[in-house]
Amino acid sequence: MTKTAVGASPDAGPSGPVPPDEAGLPSATRLGGRWLLAGAAAVAVVALVGVSSGPIGVAPGRVVLELLDRLPFLDFDSGLSAVEIAIVWDLRAPRVVLGLLVGALLAGSGAAYQGVFRNPLADPYLLGIAAGAGLGATLAIVTGLGDGVGFVDAVPLAAFAGALVAVAAAGTLNARRGRTGSPTTLILAGVAVAALLTAIQTYIQQRHQESLRQVYAWILGRLSTSGWDEVLLLVPYAVVCMAVLVAAVGALDVLAVGDEEATSLGLKPRRTRLVVLAAASLGAAAAVAVSGLIGFVGLIIPHGVRMVAGVTHRRVVPLSMLFGGAFLALTDVAARTIQAPAELPIGVITAVIGAPFFLLILRRQEIS
Amino acid sequence: MGSPRNFSILIVVVALAVVGCGGAASTTTSAGDSSTTTTAAASSVTTATAAATTATEPDSGFPVTVETGGAAVTIESRPERMVSLSATATEMLFAIGAGEQVVAVDSFSYYPPEAPVTDLSGFEPNVEAIVGFEPDLVVLSFDPGDVVAGLEAAGVPTLVLGAAVTLDDTYTQIEQLGAATGRIGDAAALVGQMQTDIDDLAASVPARDEPLTYYHELDDTLFSVTSETFIGEIYALAGLENIADAADPEGEAGGYPQLSAEFLVSADPDLIFLADTKCCGQNAETLAQRPGSDQLTAVAQGRVIELDDDIASRWGPRIVEFFRKIVEATAAIEVPAG
Repeated sequence: MTKTAVGASPDAGPSGPVPPDEAGLPSATRLGGRWLLAGAAAVAVVALVGVSSGPIGVAPGRVVLELLDRLPFLDFDSGLSAVEIAIVWDLRAPRVVLGLLVGALLAGSGAAYQGVFRNPLADPYLLGIAAGAGLGATLAIVTGLGDGVGFVDAVPLAAFAGALVAVAAAGTLNARRGRTGSPTTLILAGVAVAALLTAIQTYIQQRHQESLRQVYAWILGRLSTSGWDEVLLLVPYAVVCMAVLVAAVGALDVLAVGDEEATSLGLKPRRTRLVVLAAASLGAAAAVAVSGLIGFVGLIIPHGVRMVAGVTHRRVVPLSMLFGGAFLALTDVAARTIQAPAELPIGVITAVIGAPFFLLILRRQEIS
Repeated sequence: MGSPRNFSILIVVVALAVVGCGGAASTTTSAGDSSTTTTAAASSVTTATAAATTATEPDSGFPVTVETGGAAVTIESRPERMVSLSATATEMLFAIGAGEQVVAVDSFSYYPPEAPVTDLSGFEPNVEAIVGFEPDLVVLSFDPGDVVAGLEAAGVPTLVLGAAVTLDDTYTQIEQLGAATGRIGDAAALVGQMQTDIDDLAASVPARDEPLTYYHELDDTLFSVTSETFIGEIYALAGLENIADAADPEGEAGGYPQLSAEFLVSADPDLIFLADTKCCGQNAETLAQRPGSDQLTAVAQGRVIELDDDIASRWGPRIVEFFRKIVEATAAIEVPAG
């Protein structure tokens, strides 16, 4: 589907060839053990901050006791009231977990897209995947599939299908129009696909204005009212996506040196791309389906990771997942505390941080 | 029918003078006396400052001039081919007996059922499509672009009756439509009736030392309304206290804040009103299934009221029905002894 040119240009940006000095290091260092630890620590700290903060004040120490009490074989009396327990366990904890998962999926997919397309500006949002997911979700909502048929929630499934259509269309357009697969054509293809899908989505929304509010609520993001059901819904997609992406980091590094070289090393570039793209789209679509349209996480996190921890996919993909999760969960804390007891759409906060960062990357691209 | 005094005042006042501010029809005319003995409701201000511009006989006094949002619209003769692109205005027109003068309404004006629904969009009206009905008067709830100018160019007078901010705006708009359609008496009667009904209902609410609290849900992501909104004003008439006020104290959210789920659970309102039964398929059951809902007293006590989204969002004659639901739900909760 995405047939990029044989032999990437040497200046393929951050996802370019593996520097020889790094490639020769022992594997523990290549993985960046220290960075992995830092990422795991960030996730743990943010998780604690996440369950302890919100518009309703609950003593953090008691929150920790309450959570420990949930573990098997441990018994603590946290002293929290029933309402506080409900707030911590039924409302905050699933939000934190979802924030971690969604952030990890968006950032991990972003890193994978950037690797597959050899384009530092690729992210689920820019490639029209969000628009595709939006169209799918809108279709499911207006046709009433979203009202819950049995135990299968059709909205995320429809969002997933829409996302696949979008990435396939953008990739195909890119491969056909410019055989070099330059960043410009890719982004233009993504913009065109997103515009088309958004137009269709707007049209359907227009024809079904009675569902307008529900569609709009989905787009704005649903992290704020999520519970454990949404977490359970997302987990299978997240596991598959993350496992495939982490398993594919080696292949992505080989792909980065060029299709010819990759083929000579026994890799099938087209198939590898397809698998990675499918996994990344699966994760991004599932994330978008439960969280709504959250922009820029897939862009700023992988680039931030590349700047501090190195450019190999072995590092960028897993670290993006860890830091992406921590970032989004932290952003969600901001979303529910800045204007407490009112909510702020989380997409607003990520975009406020992400947009300037995006411009910075653009400038760096120009300079180099 | 309202008090005779109301009625006569209205016939004189009827008309038309509404000084515009902020686009919507504003509240200079607020017909009716202020016998509103209800709780501190915003509507108790009754400044009958309306200046009757055309002091002609009711129901035949054309041409009339109606002022809305600062624009004066002159209607030469009794309109017989009206187009309404506002669901609320459609309800008002039919309620004052002007339904037979309406030839087309927008796709959302499906109440009352006899309204001539068409494909016309009230959100993105198309001037050509409207003119195709050869209207002699068009009613909009807002001008999404140059629709008014376009209709003016086509020689079609257009009334813009924006979303009501207070109950008085509703009465004013009904009176304006009465004047515009030559049904001044009918409009006055309707307003009088509504005022009487609302006053009676408000008076029937038992007094309490501790006001009951409520949460009005606009959608299942917990968007709500504060007391500053039209909807909030109606609840205040029943003496209810709004939990959402804390979420938008400065009015930055325009009176429509999105509540935090944990705030809702900890505020634990006495009453929950769902105005998202149509848009979002919500009901008492879906509410009970949400995370944390088992902590809500209103859920446990069955004090979740399912509203019709339309009735709870339009500022037309059916607000009396809306208010009746609120009052009934409120009265059903026992006043604590002592």
